[in-house]
Amino acid sequence: MTFNYKNVYINETATVTGPYEGKGPLSKYFDYSYEDLYFGCKTWEQAESKLVSDAVDILLGKIGLTRFDVDLFMAGDLLNQITASNYAAVNMPSSFAGVYAACATSTLELALGASIVESGFAERVVCATSSHNNAAEKQFRYPVEYGGPKRKTTTFTSTGSAACLLSAKKSSIRIESATLGSVIDSGINDVYHMGAVMAPAAATTIYNHLKDNNRTIDYYDLILTGDLGIYGKEILKEYMQIEYGINLKNYNDTGVMLYDLKEQPVYAGASGPACAPLVTYSYIMDAMKKGKYKRVLLVATGALMSPSMANEKLSIPAIAHAVSLEAI
Amino acid sequence: MEKTKYKDLVNKHTPKEDVFYNAIIAFLIGGLMGIIAQGLIDFYSYYLSISTKEATVCMLVTLIFLSCLFTSLGFFDKLVNFAKCGLIVPITGFAHATMSAALEYRKEGMITGIGANMLKISGAVIIFGVVSAWTFSVIRAIVGAI
Repeated sequence: MTFNYKNVYINETATVTGPYEGKGPLSKYFDYSYEDLYFGCKTWEQAESKLVSDAVDILLGKIGLTRFDVDLFMAGDLLNQITASNYAAVNMPSSFAGVYAACATSTLELALGASIVESGFAERVVCATSSHNNAAEKQFRYPVEYGGPKRKTTTFTSTGSAACLLSAKKSSIRIESATLGSVIDSGINDVYHMGAVMAPAAATTIYNHLKDNNRTIDYYDLILTGDLGIYGKEILKEYMQIEYGINLKNYNDTGVMLYDLKEQPVYAGASGPACAPLVTYSYIMDAMKKGKYKRVLLVATGALMSPSMANEKLSIPAIAHAVSLEAI
Repeated sequence: MEKTKYKDLVNKHTPKEDVFYNAIIAFLIGGLMGIIAQGLIDFYSYYLSISTKEATVCMLVTLIFLSCLFTSLGFFDKLVNFAKCGLIVPITGFAHATMSAALEYRKEGMITGIGANMLKISGAVIIFGVVSAWTFSVIRAIVGAI
């Protein structure tokens, strides 16, 4: 399903990260990077929630609005019951919609938020996503201090939160269209190879987006997937070629952009709901404003993984949602 | 794309793990742990004038204490990540797994946090340790009877 928008703009963005992201190649594009992983909070979960609040505060501060000016707040994260978002929403007087699509949350929020703005039901919508490496490790893998050996295909959950403000007020970046993906079961049940789990979902969504809009891949200056990592990126390229005969040329993955893969011990690259928006709302949008890219297709990818189902040896379903961004 | 065909595509782009290198590291560190443990046994039995059996207990307690301390100080996870089974298989791995879980869940309370989660990883070691001990005892009893 593809929506085309006439009048939805990303007015402002804000990015807050942890220390590893702050030492990565995109550090100068972030609004704020913390030096530690607690941010003055007592637990990882509370720390992640603080990231969301920080991102929203910075966002509203940049554009000169208060929390009372927001009509709808949308947020999502990886934790059980999207805890980080819920606890951050306590401080927001606006309506709240919690959104979950694992690491594809950011683009699902953009698609839903843009639809609400386009329809006129809400004037200003704030979309935020977050992830915290240690909170995710605790929930999905092992205790943080355990640090068991990991395989090369493992991705490293990014720590950070990214927020953006959507409205019909004109600005330099507009949301042109969005395609909601369908859930794809690729038959892979390896929780340490999420790139392989998600690549077919990304391919399907990219193909459907191009088909629905009657476009070729050359229409876009850049296709950006969420967090496939080094190996998932190669899998997607070959999959697109074999399955659809599409040659992904102007293509990159935010998972391989967030960190310095040679220097930082992040295995196959970054992941987490914050990964795609951290890169897009900082470096990519900056490049779009400078005229480097005019049309960008952001395809955030999510592995809809449940530790229980993974232990039951079921394969992991995946989803990808695409949002087409246009510089004006 | 068929699932089996996709699996082949994934395998093509999946890097091989350095099994040989990891095994060598685990062998060397594991061996080193053995030497340290033997040294501790000799040390205790000589200086405390106790039997080897008692000195072995002292050695285990020492290794457990040091693993827990190093885990709490926050650098043992890096050593484990490097040494892999060289530190995971000995008693150090058991202590480290228990301690790291205790640290992780401390904030969720003494009973609901530490009590319920401390053996999250190492619980399996206890269960299957007991099961295999029982199995081998039965085998030994049967073989001994013959």
